[in-house]
Amino acid sequence: METTLFDLKSGEEAVIKNLKGGAEFQKKLRSLNLRRGKMIRKVTAEPFHGPVVVEIDNTEIAIGMNMAKKIVVEASESESD
Amino acid sequence: MKILLMGNPNVGKSAIFSRLTGIDVMISNYPGTTIELKKGKMKLDGETAEVIDVPGTYSLDPASRAEEVAVNMLQEGDLVINVVDATNLERNLNLTLALLERNIPVITVLNFWDEIRHLGIRIDIQKLESRLDIPVVPVVAVTGEGIKALVSRLHEAKAHQKRYTEESRWERIGKIIGEVQRISLKKHTFLERLEDLSVQPLTGIPIMFSVLIVVFWTVRIVGETMIAYLFDPLFELYLPFVTDLSRMLGGGGVVHDILLGTLIAGQIDYIQSMGVLSTGLYVPIAMVFPYVVAFYLVLGILEDSGYLPRLATLVDAIFHKLGMHGLAIIPMLLGLGCNVPGALSTRILEGRKQRFIAATLMATAVPCMAQTAMVFALLGPYGIKGLGIFFMTLFAVWLILGFLLNRFLGGETPETFMEIPPYRIPYPGSLGKKLWMRIRSFLTEAIPFVLFGVLIVNILYVFGIIEWIGEMAAPVIVGIFGLPKEAVAALIVGFLRKDVAVGMLLPLGLDMEQLIVASVVLTMYFPCVATFVVLFKELGARDLLKATGIMLVTTLLAGGILNALL
Ligand SMILES: Nc1nc2c(ncn2[C@@H]2O[C@H](COP(=O)(O)OP(=O)(O)O)[C@@H](O)[C@H]2O)c(=O)[nH]1
Ligand SMILES: [Mg+2]
Repeated sequence: METTLFDLKSGEEAVIKNLKGGAEFQKKLRSLNLRRGKMIRKVTAEPFHGPVVVEIDNTEIAIGMNMAKKIVVEASESESD
Repeated sequence: MKILLMGNPNVGKSAIFSRLTGIDVMISNYPGTTIELKKGKMKLDGETAEVIDVPGTYSLDPASRAEEVAVNMLQEGDLVINVVDATNLERNLNLTLALLERNIPVITVLNFWDEIRHLGIRIDIQKLESRLDIPVVPVVAVTGEGIKALVSRLHEAKAHQKRYTEESRWERIGKIIGEVQRISLKKHTFLERLEDLSVQPLTGIPIMFSVLIVVFWTVRIVGETMIAYLFDPLFELYLPFVTDLSRMLGGGGVVHDILLGTLIAGQIDYIQSMGVLSTGLYVPIAMVFPYVVAFYLVLGILEDSGYLPRLATLVDAIFHKLGMHGLAIIPMLLGLGCNVPGALSTRILEGRKQRFIAATLMATAVPCMAQTAMVFALLGPYGIKGLGIFFMTLFAVWLILGFLLNRFLGGETPETFMEIPPYRIPYPGSLGKKLWMRIRSFLTEAIPFVLFGVLIVNILYVFGIIEWIGEMAAPVIVGIFGLPKEAVAALIVGFLRKDVAVGMLLPLGLDMEQLIVASVVLTMYFPCVATFVVLFKELGARDLLKATGIMLVTTLLAGGILNALL
């Protein structure tokens, strides 16, 4: 099921499908290895519109909420819903 | 010859720099510790080479402002030591391959070699070397393992002029990784579980409060213990010496008063006498120093463990209401030690607005440890109430002022985008080194200032200048803050040293409410001169003027309101 990193549930794993937003922004994401095809895990989202924490290859990255909305992912397991 | 240390943020560049040059630099487990280019020298084949610790970068994209420094450095360098985090090879190689496009000799260092085994990672170094066609040396920067091999192989560094597009670069990396790296499935360690728990709000927020409380009490107890069992006994031994000296000087007169101060009830009183050899030594050494040591010990553990970026993530939403990233917690925490490094570290924040807000809030509402130690001494006897009101007031000012600044200053604060390093057990060796660096700078920079401050107090008194200013400032001091007009002396000295200034409140016989107001006012009204100088460098004259204006107005308001309420 395609969704965004923002909407992904905490604890779920997913594969990055696509990046949206400006070219500069996409480049920044890619330089931290957040690129199409990479497997990620959403660790949590902080309350009050705080950042999303995502794990990729042993590293965690905190990403602002609006940025997280621009990362399109495909949840790898759809046991829920 | 110029050697550049380049790599992603937080991969151990500064640790390697320090190994190569013997220069002690700040090394911490969060991105952005190195905020300026740090240069040093090393011997190489009998010649001296210059080594430059370049701030971390993820790419060499000339369009990105953050990478500008690094890209510009490349033109000047003769050789690049590309530091790579072996536990995160794929992402790190992106920069390595970008460097290989630049026609400059490169040697790659695989740092964190000690960490890869328990992560279940195996890397075939020979193969990696042949695929990249440059030397690859595994090292453990914190222990120094592999550094000799690195130095001996520097001359093998090799330049390439590869042509990649971004896409083909990642393709190439994918291929290399597939050939040289094996990752075996491993079970999650306790630290990894803790990583998740400390950012998930439900568990993270209680953890945060526990950590803060533990930090606060550890600092207090360690500080108090050192004073009671080490420094007070030491000054007990010193007392006969100054008492004799006082008798020799006849118990009074200008020289006596400057060196030993005025006798209180016929005795030298270390806190109240205000002599260079009495109060001037006692305050920095026996009252402030123990807390400074305790604070930096705890801070070092927090820094090296990797907790701070997680704390920053947790508070990010609140901080954004104040126009800052959660990462601005770092200048605030450093400011609790000393406002000078606090002000310097605002550089890790992007954007002028954010830096201005962080610097202003830190300088206004964050008391340094030297001052806090004296406030502990003064308000401590009143129990948690006095200290509680003191800290809560400052926190309220910090929140409200930040909120207002964010509302009324132009400019945007971009969204957070920050790497969070893994938890690591701090190496005692690196902790000790960092603690020593900070203690040394306290001893060499703070103590002379205290002595100078005490000297100035005496001179001002002798010439009656303090009384004169006291009369003029009376409407504010007495009228608004409800303090005796003699308190103006503390405000004057507070510009030099806030700890001495707080100490000067003691002879005034203030009650708890007045002590709280005075301590709050002393924290807020103006930065000490050392901080002032750094703020001038960081913010420029105009913004500094703006910041100090804000401080003065906020102090009048907060001090007045507090006086009315208490
Ligand atoms: N376990 C381990 N920790 C390391 C090693 N090298 C550096 N560190 C730690 O990693 C963190 C970042 O190091 P630093 O030199 O500040 O990185 P920089 O940002 O690249 O300059 C610090 O907490 C170091 O103590 C290593 O080889 N092994
Ligand atoms: Mg560094």
